Amino acid sequence: MSEILTKSRARNIFYGGSLFFVVIFGVLSVQSHRYVVDTSTAGMPLSEAVILGKHVWERNSCINCHTLHGEGAYFAPELGNVMTRWDTLDDPEGAYEILDGWMQAQPSGIEGRRQMPHFEINEEEMRGLAEFLRWADQTDTQGWPPNDAG
Amino acid sequence: MKYKSQKVAYAYFLVAMGLFAIQVLGGLIAGWIYVSPNFLSELLPFNVVRMLHTNALVVWLLLGFFGAAYYLIPEESEREIYSVNLAYLQLIILVIGTLGAVLTYVFNPFPGNYLLGMQGREFLEQPTWVKLGILVAALIFLFNISMTVLAGRKTAITNVLLTGLWLLSLLWIFAFINPDNLSLDKMYWWFVIHLWVEATWELVMASILAFLLLKLTGVDREIVEKWLYVIVSTALFSGILGTGHHFYWIGLPGYWQWIGSIFSTLEVIPFFLMMSFAFVMVWKGRRNHPNKAALLWSLGASTVAFFGAGVWGFLHTLHGVNFYSHGTQITAAHGHLAFYGAYVATNLAIMSYAIPHLRGRDPYNQVLNMVSFWLMTGGMAFMTFVLTFAGTIQTHMQRVLGENFMEVQDSLSLFYMMRFGSGLAVVIGALLFIYSMMVPRRELFAKRSDAPVAGE
Repeated sequence: MSEILTKSRARNIFYGGSLFFVVIFGVLSVQSHRYVVDTSTAGMPLSEAVILGKHVWERNSCINCHTLHGEGAYFAPELGNVMTRWDTLDDPEGAYEILDGWMQAQPSGIEGRRQMPHFEINEEEMRGLAEFLRWADQTDTQGWPPNDAG
Repeated sequence: MKYKSQKVAYAYFLVAMGLFAIQVLGGLIAGWIYVSPNFLSELLPFNVVRMLHTNALVVWLLLGFFGAAYYLIPEESEREIYSVNLAYLQLIILVIGTLGAVLTYVFNPFPGNYLLGMQGREFLEQPTWVKLGILVAALIFLFNISMTVLAGRKTAITNVLLTGLWLLSLLWIFAFINPDNLSLDKMYWWFVIHLWVEATWELVMASILAFLLLKLTGVDREIVEKWLYVIVSTALFSGILGTGHHFYWIGLPGYWQWIGSIFSTLEVIPFFLMMSFAFVMVWKGRRNHPNKAALLWSLGASTVAFFGAGVWGFLHTLHGVNFYSHGTQITAAHGHLAFYGAYVATNLAIMSYAIPHLRGRDPYNQVLNMVSFWLMTGGMAFMTFVLTFAGTIQTHMQRVLGENFMEVQDSLSLFYMMRFGSGLAVVIGALLFIYSMMVPRRELFAKRSDAPVAGE
């Protein structure tokens, strides 16, 4: 064993093999990038409102309580399919109204209930956020989550 | 301490331990909010607490790695660090950046500002100016250690450590890339998050462990170095394509379900090898090193990493399982044990070994240090079991029966109370560790050898 696998051979396997896997990963990443743009997120245009909504989502650090497509904190409900849950996937106005009503009512202050903070979000931004969540809900996520509960 | 410039490492370890204390206290608060949801809800909401908990973790682990590099590279390269001043400058930049990030999270003084406001992608919430500061600090670091290594003796340990640190710094560039398309955002985000913890950090961990085992057991360098290459090969061969297990449900092609499942299964191998390697080296080693605490942490790190990163990771990375378990408390269970075993314990191992040298003392307070190991490891293990059970119930109720999130959470409250208890044990252990490192005391067995021998 020690004659076949010398230290310098082990080193060459490490550098050469890693490079090999980096190249494969690179090629697959390029293909995946194209697939995302052309196929899986083509359900709804990536409009100005959606992009604004994504920034609203980020600035308020929503991901540190909620999950989105299963990633984030596990403190609050999954939002990748929230528009399906609210039955507003194809209803921008309804989506905005429910979202705005919900956000204005926070924090609920109910004892023993998890609290969502109050966020200063103007109407344009709130509409953007609703559009962003509708956009995200239309991503082809290979059938995930298993049901509407998220 | 053979080289004067190694002293820099001590400053890094001090700051790292300070942030470690903040991290575990943040975790304790977050755990308490799960039990009592109105706690601090107006002052310090959960999302802010969680950012402090995760960001403090990442920064202190990186500071520990930097400290470890500044400690071990002079000994490996057999020369002083290229520039001690640059090393201190790097630390100052990182400390200012950390303070800036904390103030931004807690007070949010510049909401929405690209340069000054927080950029809320999970774990990459730092304001852009802090991200730039981290980049500058990383470049200073790479320049400094590369110059040191190039001028001195090159060993497998420095090669692997440098490769790991270079790659992880380069990957940081993806922290600045934030596509408008959420699915692309997530894909590139994993280039940092996954390729750090499941690839490049493993190289750093393996080289630190190799250095420690070399020093603690006295096994031949030739053997240690060959196995180091073998282990890190398996880490990158499995870890790079293993990124696929994060690509299942974020809008990427279906073939990732196969690639991700196969390569994440293989990700168990490097952790198994690291654990076996550590035990075999200790078993074969002839040296009876006085620093038992450092040895305990080294063995503990490789063992807990195998269970936390290896076994608990494997538990839910097969795509058929992950379809149901993704984003539940099972993920939280795995995350906690994996980070603790692989990276927290490795950092505490090198600190336990290096700090006595850096302070020019015997390895004092070893018993207390070992008590802290068992408290922290026991607490973490219990937390992992509790969250695994909670996650299993959650998966069934929410993903199989389709009950809504908050109702499921309400039925998990008993588990969250137990999790808080285990978190408390971890915090006490962490504070004990810091105390045992910082407060000098003569060891009991040192006293015994001082005692007059009969017949003298």
